[in-house]
Amino acid sequence: MRDPIENNGELIGWHDPDENRQWIRENKSREMVDKRTTVAEAVRKFVPDGSLLAMGGFGHIRIPMSLVYEIVRQRRRNLTMFGKTAVHDLDILIGGGCVSRVEVAYSFGHELRGLSPCGRRAVESGQVQVTGEISNAGFQWRFLAAAMGVPFMPVRTMLGTDTLKHSSAKVIEDPWSGRPIALVPACYPDVALFHVHRCDRYGNAQIDGITVEDFELARATRRLVLTTEEIVEHGEIQRQPWRTNIPFYLVDAVVEVPFGAHPTEMPLVYYFDEEHIARWLEVSRTPEGTAQYFEEFVFGVPDFDAYLEKIGGKRRMEELKRIMNLQPPSGGEAMP
Amino acid sequence: MTANQRYNLTELLACVAAGLLENGRSVFVGTGFPILAAMLAQRTHAPGLLIIFEAGGIGPQVPALPISVGDSRTYYKASAASSMHEVMSASQAGYVDYGFLGGAAMDCYGNVNTTVIGEWEHPKVRLPGSGGANDVGSLCWQTIYVMRKQSPQTFVKKLDFLTTPGYLSGPGARERAGLPAGSGPYRVITQLGVYGFDEETKRLSLLSLHPGVTVQEVQAASEFEVLIPEKVAVSPEPTDEQLRILREIDPQGLVIGK
Repeated sequence: MRDPIENNGELIGWHDPDENRQWIRENKSREMVDKRTTVAEAVRKFVPDGSLLAMGGFGHIRIPMSLVYEIVRQRRRNLTMFGKTAVHDLDILIGGGCVSRVEVAYSFGHELRGLSPCGRRAVESGQVQVTGEISNAGFQWRFLAAAMGVPFMPVRTMLGTDTLKHSSAKVIEDPWSGRPIALVPACYPDVALFHVHRCDRYGNAQIDGITVEDFELARATRRLVLTTEEIVEHGEIQRQPWRTNIPFYLVDAVVEVPFGAHPTEMPLVYYFDEEHIARWLEVSRTPEGTAQYFEEFVFGVPDFDAYLEKIGGKRRMEELKRIMNLQPPSGGEAMP
Repeated sequence: MTANQRYNLTELLACVAAGLLENGRSVFVGTGFPILAAMLAQRTHAPGLLIIFEAGGIGPQVPALPISVGDSRTYYKASAASSMHEVMSASQAGYVDYGFLGGAAMDCYGNVNTTVIGEWEHPKVRLPGSGGANDVGSLCWQTIYVMRKQSPQTFVKKLDFLTTPGYLSGPGARERAGLPAGSGPYRVITQLGVYGFDEETKRLSLLSLHPGVTVQEVQAASEFEVLIPEKVAVSPEPTDEQLRILREIDPQGLVIGK
C-alpha cells in the first residue's frame, strides 16, 4: 500500500483513543448528581485560558450566549475555537479578545447578513490565526470519530482540493476498493458549551428541532456545560426518555438561563433578533465600536438578566416569539 | 441586458435556476439565493422536490425565506428535523441529486473558491471558508452554481484557493482523487447566461444567453476561454406567476433586493 498523504493543517484536539478512554475513566462521573451552577462559576471552572472550545448549535442558532458574554466578561485569553460553522459566538469572542486561533469550516461570515467585519479584521491583520481548513461534514465526522472512541473517520469529501491540503486529514488507499480515501482525525474539544430547550438537574437534556452536530459533539468533548431554557424534574425526563439527546453522564454543569440564546434563534421558541445582530455588525466595523458594544452589553451589566433588560426585556422576547410563530411582531393577523 | 421593468436580475436568475430542478428529485440547498430558487420550484412545477438543508431540515414546506440554512423555517412542516450527520451521510451514500451553491470565484473546470482572496497565509480578504460547500460539491450527484457577478475577476484562470471541487484538473480527475464516480458540476448560472460542462474536456461551455445578452459579453466577462457551441439558446423570461410567487416568498427583498 502507498504511504498516506499528509496535509498541512495543524492537528488540534486529537488524543490517542486509549489516553482519552483513561481520561474519561478518571474524570467523568457516572453518578447522577445535581450539577446546577451559575454562568459565572461554569466559565470560571470549565473554560480556563487556552482551552480548545466548541459551541453547540449552528451559526446563529441555539448559541449559548450567556456563556459567550461571560467568557468576554471574565477576559479569557488564547482560546482556540472549532469553527464548525461558528459565526456570532466566534465574532463576539474575537471582538472580546478571547480567541487567538480558529480551525475553520465556516467562520467570519453571517450567511445572508454579509461578512463579519470583526472576524475578518482579526484574521487579515494576523491577530487571529487560522490553524487549518475543513468542511462542515469533515468537522462533523471528526466529532463522530471522537464520539465513537476511534482515532479517525474515513470520508469521501474534500478530496482533491486546497481545503483538504490545509486540513489535518490524511489520504490513504482504501484497502477494499483501492481508491484514495480521506481520514479525518477524531476531535476532542476541551470543553463544549450548549444551550438546550430543557434538562433536569443532572444534565439529561432534550433539544427540539434539528440537532445539527450536537449529538456527536456532546459525546466528543471532554467537558460539557449546558445552559437551558428550563430545568425540569427528573420525572419529566423519565416520562419520555426517548427524547433525551444528551444523557447526564456527558454533562458537567447545568445552568437555567431563560432566553439564553439571544440574539440567536432558539428553535420553535424565539427567532433571531435581527435588529440586535445588525447593530453588532454595524458597530463592530471599528475597534472603537466593538469596545463600546462590550462596555454597554457585557462589562456594563452584571449578568445575563441585566443584559436582557437592556435589549428590551420581556416585551422584546415576546416579539421574537411571535416572529418564530410566523406572526407579525406586534399583534395583528398571522402571516398567510 | 436584463434591465426590464417587469423583473430584476435576481428574479430572472431565480426563475432560470428553479427551472433546472426537476420534480421528484432531491436538492441540497446552500444559503441565500439557492433557497429562493428551490422554494420557487417547489411552489410551481416541482411540488415533489425534496429540499434538504445541511443543518438537518429534510423535506420542508418552507413558509417564508429562511435567513440561515439552520433556521427553524428549514424544517417547517418537514418530513424530518434531523442532523448534519444524517444529511451529509445521505449525500455521501448517493441520495442527493442536486447540490445548489453560490461561489465567489470559479475556474473553467467549475472549481470554486470561497476561502481567501490572496495568499492563504496572509489573506487580502478572508472569506467564510468551505462550510458545507465542499461536501455538497464532493458528494451530491450534480452541482448547480449561481454567481451573480461574472467578470474576469470571478471567472478566473487560476483560483487563489480551491475550496470546493469541480472537475479539478479535467476529465477523470475527480475519480482519481477518490471523489464519488459520476458526480460533479452540472450548471452555472450568472447574470449573463447558463453554462454546462463539455462532456469530453469537462470545461465550462455556454448553454443559453439571458435575453439581450451577446456571446461577446460572455467572453469579455471571463479570464478563461468559455466554450461556445454553434447553437446557443435564449433563457426563458420569468412568467407573471413566477414573479408573484417570488415576491410572496421574499416580501422584504432579502435576496431579491440584492
